Amino acid sequence: MARGFAIKKLPGFTFIAMLTFFLLYLPIATLVVFAFNGSDSFVNWGGPSLRWFEQAMANEDVREASLRSLWIAAWAAVLASICATMAALATTRTAPYRGLTFKYAFINQPLMVPEIVTAVALLILFSRIKVWSGYSGLGYLILAHTAFCIPFAYLPIRARLESMDTTLERAAADLYATPWQAFKRVTFPLLWPGILAGFMLAFVISLDDVVITEFVKSGGQDTLPTYMLGQLRRSVSPEMNAISTVFLALSVLIVTVFFLVNRKRV
Amino acid sequence: MGQAADFENAARRRDIANRWLLSAPTLLIIFVAAIGPLFIVLVYSFMVKGDYGDVKPWQFSFDGWFGVLFQRDIFDDTVTWSDTHLRIFGRSAVLALLTTLTTFVVGFPTAYFIATRPEKSRDIWLFLVTIPFWTNLLIRTYAVMEVIRNEGLFNTLLLSLGIIDAPIQLMFTNTAIMIGMTYVYLPLMVLPLYASMEKIDFRLVEAGYDLYATRLQVLWRVIVPLVKPGIIAGSILVFIPALGAYVTPRVLGGGKNLMLGNLIDLQFGQGRNWPLGAALSITLMAIVMVALLFYARTASKQGGAHG
Repeated sequence: MARGFAIKKLPGFTFIAMLTFFLLYLPIATLVVFAFNGSDSFVNWGGPSLRWFEQAMANEDVREASLRSLWIAAWAAVLASICATMAALATTRTAPYRGLTFKYAFINQPLMVPEIVTAVALLILFSRIKVWSGYSGLGYLILAHTAFCIPFAYLPIRARLESMDTTLERAAADLYATPWQAFKRVTFPLLWPGILAGFMLAFVISLDDVVITEFVKSGGQDTLPTYMLGQLRRSVSPEMNAISTVFLALSVLIVTVFFLVNRKRV
Repeated sequence: MGQAADFENAARRRDIANRWLLSAPTLLIIFVAAIGPLFIVLVYSFMVKGDYGDVKPWQFSFDGWFGVLFQRDIFDDTVTWSDTHLRIFGRSAVLALLTTLTTFVVGFPTAYFIATRPEKSRDIWLFLVTIPFWTNLLIRTYAVMEVIRNEGLFNTLLLSLGIIDAPIQLMFTNTAIMIGMTYVYLPLMVLPLYASMEKIDFRLVEAGYDLYATRLQVLWRVIVPLVKPGIIAGSILVFIPALGAYVTPRVLGGGKNLMLGNLIDLQFGQGRNWPLGAALSITLMAIVMVALLFYARTASKQGGAHG
């Protein structure tokens, strides 16, 4: 073989890849740039300005929807990571037992069903319960979000548990630690990065949801994505770019932290 | 001896009981807010629609399922195929397949590019692919809209360069939906492709070149077969959400270019035909299940062949 013949190279592939990365970020960049546009129109650049951010901040609906989104995401992520941690402890580091496959299937089920189907299913169920119980608070949204966040929270926690060294826990048991003490002093601190990663994934996934929220919410319970969906139907103003930019920054921040936490592990 | 075994058995039983207790909250939540409701949808698909939405209590019929494919003339009761529904099924299937294809065409070289980077920088490239994926789907769809709408970046640019005289109408077309879905679901194709490309043994590629294969032959005869599991996984991962897409066609397709997800939504909203909506939901879910089963079968075959 001739020297310098790059066996890994395939003609045009690098070019397509570069183009893909460019196109992947072009829309996002456009969105962000025009959030800082001083002029009213999308076409003309009126110099940098923060007026759309100010306008969005001043908008009561946007403020309320943002807080509601964060509130629901916080609850759903906390509940999902607690449940997922327990479920991960229950499904890893064991010889197969009856019902284990069933549990896996159950935990991953929310990933398998199209969102729109789950959404209408919850609409049917919750609209009944709302009539019967008279309760129409945020509990339904938190419950629904927790359910579809669990599989995402479960993934990194399970991965972490499976890669963990069990000798330390056995050492703790040898030193007469009760199972609870061993968990609190040994397992939990080792598992913590996984739980944190699971929490962050769940948080982002909850913030991301449009479809299920749109169907489950009662009147006046718009989250930021459902508020935006409603606005997109009517008219678009650069205010939407400002809101999007803030949320984008938040997601990117969380994912970056997640990436760094996960990276350190290796 | 017997006693020791008994003791061990008891410990094992206790351990398993504990494990069930630990997983109880998860199983309960997913049952209440994800799996259980699906059975209600199934029951609803066999009920009689209420006059103002919902269903009439304890009255059953096949009308919902009938409506999935057929329509009955209100005057003379003749039964015909429901053209609107067939068109929407067709559009959903074609757009989902085309989206799978375009994400593959774009995603394959991208995944290959990442997989052939030095090990250290791969993480960064992967991270760049995943970032858009973790940002809000609606925001990403809106970002696409910013580029392709009549006053958007694309048209403004072409107009100012004098390439076109009037803006190209992309918004509210099938093309717009396809562009949007390709954009939104691309990471779902790239990640599994990358996962199998990372494992390619490049000595096989080298052997191909030693045997005078051209680059195209190496790609087709060596690389593609090696990453087949990734191709199948990526295609399934893109096809399933694309088929059931709701947000992207709603925002980019407008009111006319409905997909299956929007048709379902319509029945629970203005259509006020919950049994039909339920039957359509079950149909969509059944298609997805078939796709997943197909995947599970090929995946286990591949797993057996390649270890």
